[in-house]
Amino acid sequence: MTTKIKIIINDKQIEVAEGSSIVDAAVCAGVIIPTLCFHKDLCVAGNCRVCVVEIAGQKRLSAACATPCEEGMEILTNSLKVRNARKQIIELLLSEHNADCTLCYKNGNCELQKLASDYKIMTQDFIQLAPLRKYQIDHYSPSMIKDDSKCIRCQRCVRTCAEIQGVSALTAAYKGDRMKIATFFEKPMNDVVCTNCGQCINHCPTGALVERNYIEEVWDALANKDKFVIVQTAPAVRVGLGEELGFEPGTRVTGKMVAALKRLGFDAVMDTDFSADLTIMEEGSELLMRLKKVLVDHDPNVKLPLATSCSPAWIKYIEHMYPDYLDHLSTCKSPQQMFGALVKTYYAKHFNLNPENIVSVSIMPCTAKKFEANRPEMHDSGYRDVDYVLTTRELAIMIKQAGIDFLKLDDRSFDQIMGASTGAGVIFGATGGVMEAALRTAYELVTGREVPFENLNIMPVRGMEGVREASILIENPLPDWSFLEGVELKCAVAHGLVNAKSLMDSIVSGESQYHFIEIMACPGGCLGGGGQPIPTNPEIRRKRALAIYAEDQGMPLRKSHQNPEILKIYSEFLTEPLSEVSHHLLHTHYTPRERF
Amino acid sequence: MTPGYDLKRVDFIFQTESDWKEILQKSLSRPPAELINELISSELKGRGGAGFPTGLKWKLAADELSPIKYIICNADEGEPGTFKDREILSKVPMKVLTAMAVCGFVIGSLEAYIYLRGEYFFLKPALNKAIQEFQATCHDLNFDFRIKLFMGAGAYICGEETALFESMEGKRGEPRNKPPYPTSFGYLGKPTVINNVETLAHTYTIFKYGAKRFYDLGVQYSRGSKLFSVSGDSPKPGIYELELGMSLLDFVHDFGDGDTKAVQVGGASGFLVPQKRFAETTIGFQGKLTGISLPTGGSMMLFNSSRSMYNVLDNYLEFFREESCGQCTPCRVGCQQLLNGIKAVKRGEKTGQYLDKLLRLTETMQYTAKCGLGQSVANSFSSIVENFREEMIY
Ligand SMILES: Cc1cc2nc3c(=O)[nH]c(=O)nc-3n(C[C@H](O)[C@H](O)[C@H](O)COP(=O)(O)O)c2cc1C
Ligand code: SF4
Repeated sequence: MTTKIKIIINDKQIEVAEGSSIVDAAVCAGVIIPTLCFHKDLCVAGNCRVCVVEIAGQKRLSAACATPCEEGMEILTNSLKVRNARKQIIELLLSEHNADCTLCYKNGNCELQKLASDYKIMTQDFIQLAPLRKYQIDHYSPSMIKDDSKCIRCQRCVRTCAEIQGVSALTAAYKGDRMKIATFFEKPMNDVVCTNCGQCINHCPTGALVERNYIEEVWDALANKDKFVIVQTAPAVRVGLGEELGFEPGTRVTGKMVAALKRLGFDAVMDTDFSADLTIMEEGSELLMRLKKVLVDHDPNVKLPLATSCSPAWIKYIEHMYPDYLDHLSTCKSPQQMFGALVKTYYAKHFNLNPENIVSVSIMPCTAKKFEANRPEMHDSGYRDVDYVLTTRELAIMIKQAGIDFLKLDDRSFDQIMGASTGAGVIFGATGGVMEAALRTAYELVTGREVPFENLNIMPVRGMEGVREASILIENPLPDWSFLEGVELKCAVAHGLVNAKSLMDSIVSGESQYHFIEIMACPGGCLGGGGQPIPTNPEIRRKRALAIYAEDQGMPLRKSHQNPEILKIYSEFLTEPLSEVSHHLLHTHYTPRERF
Repeated sequence: MTPGYDLKRVDFIFQTESDWKEILQKSLSRPPAELINELISSELKGRGGAGFPTGLKWKLAADELSPIKYIICNADEGEPGTFKDREILSKVPMKVLTAMAVCGFVIGSLEAYIYLRGEYFFLKPALNKAIQEFQATCHDLNFDFRIKLFMGAGAYICGEETALFESMEGKRGEPRNKPPYPTSFGYLGKPTVINNVETLAHTYTIFKYGAKRFYDLGVQYSRGSKLFSVSGDSPKPGIYELELGMSLLDFVHDFGDGDTKAVQVGGASGFLVPQKRFAETTIGFQGKLTGISLPTGGSMMLFNSSRSMYNVLDNYLEFFREESCGQCTPCRVGCQQLLNGIKAVKRGEKTGQYLDKLLRLTETMQYTAKCGLGQSVANSFSSIVENFREEMIY
C-alpha cells in the first residue's frame, strides 16, 4: 500500500502517493509542467532543466521530473523566478540548436519548437553556437538520418537505445561543449550495431533523428504513366495512421487508409496481412517440420526453439549479438518481403504485367523495413522485391500534401489477389500476435481441432509484459502427427530488444527450453514501431493494441489457413508450404555481423 | 573584520603519523555512537568544497540498514590551484587510511576505495604499499577492512561525488539527480560515505586529541584548521595549514607580494575578492559572520596589478566549458555563452550591457544547473565582472 502525502502546488493542496515526482503530482493538480528530456518510456535523466520549479524554502530551483514530493512541500510552477529561468533555458537550447525550422523535416512536430512557441521566444540575444560548429549529417543509413546540429543532448535516444533496446548504438561522447551523441568511433549509423528499429527517432523530441524518407521517390513513381505502382500496408499502420490525421489513438482507419491510398494514385492497394497469413503457413509448417526432425529423427543440425523472423530489427540484432544462433531463426522472410517477392512474380503473371514496370511500395510502422528492403538477399523475384518503404508518418505526410480530407473519406476495401486477410494476419501488429496466429493454425493442423482458447483468443501471449510464456498440451493429434501426442508445446514472446536479450540469454544458458519464440524489436510489437506516429508511449501503445485485437475480433475469418487467397496462391503458384517455389521466393538466410 | 586578528599557523595535518596504530586501536575500542558524537561536537565540515558536516554524514550512513555500505576517499583533486590532497596522501597516508577504517567501524562497512586523480598515478605504488601494511594491521585487530585504489581518468567532473560513483561503476561520469543522497544511495546504490582526503585527515586529529582541540580553533560555523594551497603572485606559494576565520587582509599581508589586486578564493568555482573588500572578507564556511565569509576548497590564488582580470575570467570559463560534463542545458550551453559573450564584448561586437544579460544567465545557472559545477560558475563570473567591469570591456 502506498502512503499518501499532502503537498501544495500553486496554492492548491493535493494528496499524492509518496515518492511520486513533482511532474506527475502536478498533473493531479491540473498543472502541466513543460518537459523535454522526460519521456514516459524512459528512466528520468533530469538534464534539460526545462521543468524546473520553485520549492518553498529552497534557493535553487528543482527539476520537477527528478524530484520526489515530500510531505508538506510547497511548489510553485509558474513564479517569476521559474518563468525567467525556464525562458532562459529555452533560449540557451535555441542558441545551440540549428533552428532553421522551416527547412526541418520535423517542422510542426518538434517539442523544442513547441516550447519556443509557447514561451514566445521572439528574440535571440545569445550568440548562435550551431554555425560555429562543423556538423556533418549522417545520411548513410537507408533507414534514418542523424543531424547533430538539431540535437539538444537530452539523451532520450541514448536511453531508448540502452533501456528499451539494450543495443547502446548511441551514447553520449566527449564532455563540455563538445558533448554529443555518437556511435562507436563516430562511425555512420549503418556501420554499427544499430538495428534500424527507429525507436530513437520515435523518442527524439527534435529533428536530430528522423527517418530517411522516400516521399518524393514515391510521388515520382505515381506520376510516371509507365509504372504500375502497387502498395501494401502493414497491420499496425491502420491502428496508428489516424493519430497523424485527427483521430484519437486507438482508432481503426483501415477503410479510410485504403481509400486515401487509392486517391493518392496507387494502381493496386493491397494488404501485408495477406502475406502475414502466408508467413503463418510457411512458418507453422517449418515449426512442425523442425519438431519432427528433433523429436523423431533426432537430427542434431535442426535447432529449437524456432525464432520468428518478421522483425527486421530483431534480425539485425541477433546477427550482431548472437551470431551463433542464426540457425534458430525461421528462414521465412518477413511478410513485407514475401509480399515483395510475390508482387513481381505471382501478381505480375496473374495480371500479365511486366515486372520491370512494377514499383512495389510498402507502408510500414517501421524504419528497419527500409533497411530490410535494401538487403542484397531481397531480390528473389529477379528485381528489387520492395522498391520503397514508407513509414506510417510518411504516408500521413503524403495524404496531407495531396489535400485529402481524411476524416471525410468513405471506407474502401483492398484489391485482389493479395488483399484478403484474416484476423490472424492483423494481430501480427501486436506483440504476441505472430505466436497467437501460428498456434491457431498449427494446433488445428495437428489435431484437427481449434486451439483450446475461448473465441480463439490466446490470452497468455497477449499483453505488455516484456517476456511472456505459454504452453499448449497436444492431445489426440491426427495420425500424421502422432509423434506429438502428449507434447507440451512451450512458447515465449518478447518485445523490445532488451527483453529479447533476457529471453535469449535464458536460452543460451540452457535455463529455458522452448519450442517456439516470438520476438519483436519494438515495445508493444509493430504497433509501437519506430515508424509510428510520434508520440508513442505506454498508454498509446495499449490503445493501439486494443484496436488491433478489435480488428481481429471483427473479421469473419480469423485463422490464416482459411484465407481464400492463401488457398488460391498455393493451388495456383506455390503448390504447398515449404515447396521449392516457396523456398526460392519466401525464404532467406542471415549474415553474422560484428558487435560494435 | 575581527580587529587585531593574527594569522595563526597550525600544525595538525602533517604532524607525525607514527602513532596511527595506537589511534586506530583506541578508536576501534570506543562505541561508534561516541565517535560520531566526537565528530559532531568538533563541528568539522567537509573540506572538499561543499562543507557538509562530517559527523552528520557519518551518522546518516550509520543509520542506514543496508548490510553493504561503502566508504570512498575523494582524491580526485581537480580544482585548479589545489594540490593539498596530493601532499596529504604522500606525506601522511596512514592518517587517511586510519580515518577510513574508523569510518567503516562507525557506519558498518568493510569496503573502501580511494578515488585517485589520474594525474597522481605516481602515488599509486606507495599508496598500495601503505594499504597493504594497513590491512595487515586491521586483520590483526580482527577488523577485516579492505581498501582499494581506483584511478580516475582526468575529468574534473568526476570529483563530484555522484559522477564519481558513476565513473566507478564503469559509466560515463555524469552527476546524478539528488536526492537521493550518497549516504542512502551511493556507489552501486548502497549507502556511501564519501569524504575528501583532508576531511579524513582532520578526523584523525579529532580522534587523537578529542573534539575540543579542534573546535577551539576557528570561529563560529568554521571550526578547526584547513590546508590552503597558495599560488599566483606570492613570494611563498605552497601549502599552509591555517586556522579558519582569518580575514583576507591578514592573509594577503602575510602571503601577498605587496601589490595584490585580488584573490581568487576556492579555485575556479570560488569567488574573486578585490582589494577593497579584503578587510571585510573572512575565510571560512558560509554562515552569519561579520562581513563576508567564503566557502573554500582551500585554493588561494593571488593576483597582482600586472594581471588582466579579463584573462583570468577567460581562463576559468575555458576550463568550465571544457570540464562541464555537458549533460545539462544551463551548464553546457551557459558556459559557452559566457565565454563567447565576454569575448564578443571585448571585441566590441556586443555592448557592455550584454554583461548584464550574462549576469542574469549566471543566476539561472546557479538556480538550475544539475550539479555544483554549473551552479558555481556564477561565483567567479559575477565576482569578477562586477568588480572589474572596465577590464572586461576595454
Ligand atoms: C564539479 C565538482 C568537483 C568536485 N571535485 C572534488 C574533488 O576533486 N575532491 C573532493 O574532495 N571533492 C570534490 N567535490 C565535492 C564532492 O562532490 C563532495 O562534496 C566531497 O567529496 C565530499 O567530501 P567532504 O564532505 O569531505 O568535503 C567536487 C564537487 C563538484 C561539484
Ligand atoms: S551542471 Fe554541468 S557538470 Fe553538472 S550536471 Fe550539469 S552539465 Fe554536468
